[in-house]
Amino acid sequence: MKRVPLALTLALAAGLTAQAADAQTLKTVKDRGMVSCGVSQGLPGFSSPDDKGNWTGIDVDVCRAIAGAIFNDPTKVKFVPLSAKDRFTALQSGEIDVLSRNTTWTISRDTSLGANFTGVTYYDGQGFMVKKSLKVNSALELNSASVCVQTGTTTEQNLADYFKANNMKYEVIAFATNDETVKAYEAGRCDVFTTDQSGLYANRLKLANPNDHMVLPEIISKEPLGPMVRHGDDQWFDIVKWTLFAMVTAEELGISSKNVDEKAKLENPELKRVLGSDGNFGEQLGLTKDWVVRIVKTVGNYGEVFDRNVGAGSPLAINRGVNNLWNKGGLQYAPPIR
Amino acid sequence: MSTEARKPPPQIALKIRRIMGGKAGWNGVAVQFAFAAILGWIGYEIVSNARANLENQHIAAGFGFLRNNAGFDVNQTLISYTGSDTFLRVFVVGLLNTLVVSVVGIFFATVIGFIVALCRLSPNWLLSRVGEIYVEVIRNLPLLFQILFWYLAVLAALPNPRQSISLFGIAFISNRGLVVPSPVGQGGLEPFLAVLALGIVASLALRFYARRALFQRGQVIRIWPSVLALLFGLPLATMLVFGLPFTFELPQLRGFNFAGGSRIIPEFVALTVALSTYTAAFIAEIVRAGILSVHKGQMEAGSSLGLSRGATLRLIVVPQAMRVIVPPLTNQYLNLTKNSSLAVAIGYPDLVSVFAGTSLSQTGQAIEIIAMTMGVYLLISLLTSAIMSVYGWRVSRSLGA
Repeated sequence: MKRVPLALTLALAAGLTAQAADAQTLKTVKDRGMVSCGVSQGLPGFSSPDDKGNWTGIDVDVCRAIAGAIFNDPTKVKFVPLSAKDRFTALQSGEIDVLSRNTTWTISRDTSLGANFTGVTYYDGQGFMVKKSLKVNSALELNSASVCVQTGTTTEQNLADYFKANNMKYEVIAFATNDETVKAYEAGRCDVFTTDQSGLYANRLKLANPNDHMVLPEIISKEPLGPMVRHGDDQWFDIVKWTLFAMVTAEELGISSKNVDEKAKLENPELKRVLGSDGNFGEQLGLTKDWVVRIVKTVGNYGEVFDRNVGAGSPLAINRGVNNLWNKGGLQYAPPIR
Repeated sequence: MSTEARKPPPQIALKIRRIMGGKAGWNGVAVQFAFAAILGWIGYEIVSNARANLENQHIAAGFGFLRNNAGFDVNQTLISYTGSDTFLRVFVVGLLNTLVVSVVGIFFATVIGFIVALCRLSPNWLLSRVGEIYVEVIRNLPLLFQILFWYLAVLAALPNPRQSISLFGIAFISNRGLVVPSPVGQGGLEPFLAVLALGIVASLALRFYARRALFQRGQVIRIWPSVLALLFGLPLATMLVFGLPFTFELPQLRGFNFAGGSRIIPEFVALTVALSTYTAAFIAEIVRAGILSVHKGQMEAGSSLGLSRGATLRLIVVPQAMRVIVPPLTNQYLNLTKNSSLAVAIGYPDLVSVFAGTSLSQTGQAIEIIAMTMGVYLLISLLTSAIMSVYGWRVSRSLGA
């Protein structure tokens, strides 16, 4: 099927090993004893290391949940910090098994990168942050402003579209990493910092005086952020996809990290199915019967993950908003486990 | 009168054998062909393997993406560019930005380098210590660090546009860069440019004539008054006849930023300053080595002829030192060009930033884009080498070496 006489040379030359397309990611992960997970270089709430080097965040918890489902051990994750522009190459080359790095789901990324999005961990939208002292109340007042943006993002293209559509001029200064972008904004190189709105709140915490800055009300784009896996391994695709669905389903059914053991004992047919005492959905995925129990014990349900990392229980204090469950006015919806 | 020695018969076969096989003769040729064939096969395998794997993984391949719309904007463009232009145009924009920062950087690095070298060699104690400290400090600090230093130092020192420093109300310095009036062509532009070009050509011809007169007849002709008249007098006269060649559009603060005028962005300034001061430290040492390689008797000979120290350096020592200086100097020029890719750290839109960075992640076509970028750097480096080789050859020739 493939030509691999010179896989090594190819790996050196193109960074694309032949292993990439093999449908054996789960086996590779088990052999290695680790899930290799691509995350950001530090975006509070999504993926950032603390002073002891422990990673936290929504995107991090997705990886921990996968590790929990496979190994029943949330520490079996190797986090690989990636810049926006390196992330897809790392996935394509097989350096990481899953890219969980606040990445926007677009058609071009889904079709041309040899990778698939498995779902949406966070529905976001692009916004703008300015200094309060500029006395700007709307993004439509930003004509001729200088805008700092991280390069290699959908943000950069939305920005061009938005200013063009509204017939406004602007100057773009694009940096390779998030930290450089924030630093330049803080140094006064630009009037506006733009990224996904969650990122604006997260980055505002990094500034010297967060209260001197405000996020403008406009949201100029849809940014559904989700994990990505390589093409060609449907089993692995299913595992990552259903790990996220399991977290959402758990919240829907009121299963949390605190009550999962009690819930498992109840004689409720749906709970029995989901928590594995009835049926063998976990085994069909290539996991164990109690995969949902493992996931919930590892990171909690989706609501717990949200609150702990970006919601009310975190310094970011972002409202659930569209990220609430579908039956509570939000968009988070999981197909049934049956 | 003299009989020319008869040429030996041409031995083409022998020559080919020498070229291709070296001392080993035809066996060597065979080995070389086999080696080339193996290399070719490895290359073919790499390309076809990559292609097959890309196809398996449904990763887009090929250069068709160059015709797609880029959809993002770039801060500094030497040619007109908007977000609706193609990736090919982004490539050209990035390339030009790389070239302009390299050329300006090379110019200043050379000037600063020569000055520092002469300082270090100066008999003046203070000057030589200053030169020494410059070299030792600058060349021992990492370049990326220096670029960030200049960028953040430049930014921190400058006010925002609303409080910008005004230079006589026509140019403004702020943390958005230096804004200067930009020339707008008027009716008198074409005759003005034509006359200016004529003046330059005439001045060069005059200089050529004067040098011939000096070398062949030992006659000294003062040409600078005529050159001054040609370069400034004539164009001024045309301006009186045809009217102003251009007027200036003054920058004005409107909203957040200046409208009108031309702007030099702080990223460019920081990068140029960092690259040229850093490379200058190395160039200074190369120049010093070159000058020290000239026997000190030459210096003494110059003094004994009554030449000043400066004239001795300029007329006798430096031309001889150039032979030693040029090859390592070329290396530094190449380093500077390649180091300009560190621009990505401070958001200067060079080739690596906008093409190998932004375009790569927008299209995901890493292999094609990285190959193109590497090819361009190789080309720039080879061209620089070629130009410097020609210059080095001319220097050697003029010394009769």
